[in-house]
Amino acid sequence: MAMLEVKDLEVYYGVIQAIKGISFEVNEGEVIALIGANGAGKTTTLHTITGLLSPKSGHVMFQGQDITKVPAHKIVSMGMAHVPEGRRVFADLSVYENLRMGAYTRKDKAEIEESLKNVYKRFPHLEERKNEMAGTLSAGEQQMLAMGRALMSKPKIILMDEPSMGLSPILVNEIFDIIRSVSESGTTVLLVEQNAKKALSIADRAYVLETGRIVMEGNAKDLLENDDIKKAYLGE
Amino acid sequence: MSFISYLINGLSLGSVYAIIALGYTMVYGIAKMLNFAHGDVIMIGAYIALLTMSQAGMSPVIAVIAAVIVCTVLGVVIERVAYKPLRNASSSLAVLITAIGVSYLLQNIALLVFGANTQTFPSVIKWNGITIADGQLNISGVTIVTIAACLIIMIVLMTFVQKSKPGQAMRAVSEDKDAAQLMGINVNGTIALTFAIGSALAAIAGVLLCSAYPSLTPYTGAMPGIKAFVAAVFGGIGSIPGAFIGGLLLGIIEILGRAYISSQMADALVFAVLIIVLLVKPTGLLGKKIQEKV
Repeated sequence: MAMLEVKDLEVYYGVIQAIKGISFEVNEGEVIALIGANGAGKTTTLHTITGLLSPKSGHVMFQGQDITKVPAHKIVSMGMAHVPEGRRVFADLSVYENLRMGAYTRKDKAEIEESLKNVYKRFPHLEERKNEMAGTLSAGEQQMLAMGRALMSKPKIILMDEPSMGLSPILVNEIFDIIRSVSESGTTVLLVEQNAKKALSIADRAYVLETGRIVMEGNAKDLLENDDIKKAYLGE
Repeated sequence: MSFISYLINGLSLGSVYAIIALGYTMVYGIAKMLNFAHGDVIMIGAYIALLTMSQAGMSPVIAVIAAVIVCTVLGVVIERVAYKPLRNASSSLAVLITAIGVSYLLQNIALLVFGANTQTFPSVIKWNGITIADGQLNISGVTIVTIAACLIIMIVLMTFVQKSKPGQAMRAVSEDKDAAQLMGINVNGTIALTFAIGSALAAIAGVLLCSAYPSLTPYTGAMPGIKAFVAAVFGGIGSIPGAFIGGLLLGIIEILGRAYISSQMADALVFAVLIIVLLVKPTGLLGKKIQEKV
């Protein structure tokens, strides 16, 4: 059974249909990439999975449970974290407070401390700047904070929305290294990216989204070699 | 000596404004709306305290507790029934107009239930206060208690918002509702809690206000409500210390204006302050620059 299963999802903004019946699944331990152009419906899909939007029809199943109607604030404690597009860190809270927010639903103080240590180990920059307001961090540091904040909930699956957006090539590489290592430490990853080349290079499988529909799916390696994909998304 | 006396009276009135303004500013900061019915919750609180003392013959302490409980429930109910359905409305004007509607509704319910006659409010503070400087300066018990209450409320609120978990949730919701939900924060619950706290403060403000100025009508809350709004804008709306400083300064300006300029012009002076602040520093004394999200 898939860890996360999206079935026949249809989402509307008012009268405009953003998602036109998509289905896909993410198995435990996988890195799945959802690629596509701006406006293809990638962010909408993630928002619907974590309950920020409700679909007109279709289902989202997580670990065998139907979470389609579960409100957004109850999703994280089920083991699903969402790193939103544009980082969305709390600018007026310190780095430390932002990380504590990530563990908002957790109770065990010792375990939270343990997670905090792990996040600081993964992102030494964040520990150096833990008392500074998140709004003063650079874009790359904010992305790391947003990822660290999500990891503080000790998720089974982490949804990442355009983590490389607006970052320099060096930072993009760094962010993708981190995603890979998050995956290697046992967290399942659903990655939404416009940077298709990078996304496909670390993903196991991928789905290609075009104007609200999945137009192609397959092993990431195969898609990297696919001529249509090369032309449309890899700029080759 | 009279100047010091005016100053202390101003501080006392300002403390009441500050307590009301704290409610305004917290609701604005978290729910991003101006709750113009806030002033009328004060009036309801004062009536509840009055009835508890005069009709039920209870002690002032019980009266304050009763007022706080009723206003807290009232605030949460108003939010739930009138404002929550409009939270995702396309225009923020809708909720503003609704708030004005709720304000009139509360006033008219009070007219219906309590009548239009001015009621004399017995002070909840029986203490006569202290006399200093060889009897030249008397500071009443109400004045001292009001200023002390304001200070305590301010410190408790600051600590609550900075240190407690629900307080941190409030700050997160204030910044970004969606991101807050992704952290597992119940946004509706957090907003309801904010209304509960603001309305409880309104009840305390109502009792203190009527203890100092002991006449109560269904319109008693309207003017202090508006002035506390001015105080919140003056200090920087959304900022807790801003509401505190704004309230105190406004009270002092009003009392000194009344004493030295003109007692008829005192209210006009308060609103002139609003206009000047909006012209010179639209974000208020401690307000942050609001950046449009792109």
